[in-house]
Amino acid sequence: MFRLLNLELQKLLLNRTSTILIFISFILPFFVILLSSLKINVFGFFTLELGELGIFNFPIIWHLTTFFASQFKFFFAIVVVSMIGNEYSNKTIKQNLIDGLSKKEFILSKFYTIVFFSLISTLLIGLISLCIGWYYSSYNELGIIIQDTQFLLGYLIKLIGFFSLCLFFGMLVKRSAFALAFLFILFILEWIIFGIISWKVNTDIAEKIQNYFPLKSMYKLIDQPFQRIAMTKFPDKTNLGYDYAVHWYEIGIVLGWTALFIFLSYRLLKKRDL
Amino acid sequence: MDSILTINNLTKKFGYLTAVKDLSFTINKGNVYGLLGPNGSGKSTTLGIVLNVVNQTSGNFHWFDGSITTHDALKKVGAIIERPNFYPYMSGSQNLQLVCKIKGVPFNKIDEKLEIVGLLERKDSKFRTYSLGMKQRLAIASALLNDPEILILDEPTNGLDPQGIHQIREIIKEIAANGTTILLASHLLDEVEKVCTHVVVLRKGVKLYSGRVDEMISSHGFFELRSNQQEKLLSFLENNQAFGTIKVQNSLVTAFLNEPLKSEDFNRQLFENGIILTHLVQRKESLEEQFLQLTDKN
Repeated sequence: MFRLLNLELQKLLLNRTSTILIFISFILPFFVILLSSLKINVFGFFTLELGELGIFNFPIIWHLTTFFASQFKFFFAIVVVSMIGNEYSNKTIKQNLIDGLSKKEFILSKFYTIVFFSLISTLLIGLISLCIGWYYSSYNELGIIIQDTQFLLGYLIKLIGFFSLCLFFGMLVKRSAFALAFLFILFILEWIIFGIISWKVNTDIAEKIQNYFPLKSMYKLIDQPFQRIAMTKFPDKTNLGYDYAVHWYEIGIVLGWTALFIFLSYRLLKKRDL
Repeated sequence: MDSILTINNLTKKFGYLTAVKDLSFTINKGNVYGLLGPNGSGKSTTLGIVLNVVNQTSGNFHWFDGSITTHDALKKVGAIIERPNFYPYMSGSQNLQLVCKIKGVPFNKIDEKLEIVGLLERKDSKFRTYSLGMKQRLAIASALLNDPEILILDEPTNGLDPQGIHQIREIIKEIAANGTTILLASHLLDEVEKVCTHVVVLRKGVKLYSGRVDEMISSHGFFELRSNQQEKLLSFLENNQAFGTIKVQNSLVTAFLNEPLKSEDFNRQLFENGIILTHLVQRKESLEEQFLQLTDKN
């Protein structure tokens, strides 16, 4: 396993473009969250301090940071898609197999890399959230701090699922740009199907079905936190209430997709003549 | 004799096209094999199948005694297919490190093999800055990293300039001299003739011949003769049972043998008949002539 991870890391880290993109997708959100937690003096007129708004309180900070950081996943998606695209365009995939890598090992080395970077990202976000929360939060009881840490698990699963989807599209079309286009098409397609079902049947059922689609199910793992922040500000407005929790079945659906995408990528490579 | 690769009834179809048809042959340790055939005869497809990158339609093959999986067997094989495939953004030695990691070979082999192919001074330059000849030599170094039991080369001199071709040939000869089994696929016959002991000849995916180079066609060779008494020589040859076809080109007479005849015996016979030669060469057909005969016949 470490041999395969080591292989893939060498391929990625010696490539300047991938290194920059990896940096952007994992380190940048880290800094953005860190900066936003600092006091910012806007040209001496007033001081902007997001911490004062109570958004860095436990347990809501877990929700906020993971939601925010997951928006940066698109940069690493480019890396995932191009690490397949490059293997095809340089024909190094062929050379790797000739040198004695099995097709299974090839897919696994990509998958391990995805898991590796998702784990690192989750750890970084967990760490920075803990530090900022510790500094700002009005509640410091252990029970409240570890409440809602399932958002970290949701974040991890979300990243792994999304990158596995990118891996599959990369294997399917062999070209980085086309794979990203496919991702966009899938996004539109999910909404078109949603539209058709809600037009033919009704919106409730359409939404339930849509929650099983790959992109939507990944999105659903961490719902948007703004409504929840509003709820803490205006507790009496009950119509704002919504289900934002990370449910086990949501994790199940995404894990199911992940397994399917990895399996399909392997099947595709096995059947293909290079 | 230890067999290295055994192929049984291998067939590969690309849609309606049959690239390889019912191909069987065995490669034994210690020989240098040539895989011959015109362009599109199925050489690269055959190599692709045994190297795990092309799926066969039917038939099977196994490496060594068949007890290990193909990808594990490939760790003991060195192969170069068509053109060198490496990561352009890595240096030569970084590319070889990656191969070492795949094959499970220690890194100290890298400099040793780069030395053999003469790339040691350029090992830290990026692969994309290499010339085609250097890329091809890096590919050979990469194939040699694991001290392979068999080296597979597919058109190794394709697209190279004469110097590059010469360098690659010298390297191949050196490797062959060390006792490494080699399988060389090529349509350049003089290349194969210079290094190979055995050949497999393919045409349109069908095997025409496999065996020793010198037994490819049943021929006893021919004499190239010159004499100032040309008419007397020709009438002697026509009346001699040992000779078949006789060709005359300017002053050069080419006489093909029907049965074995030593040049010293032939020379004595002529002398006894009062014919003095100015030029006498006994030759066998070149591989190219043999190959054309074989492919035309079928």
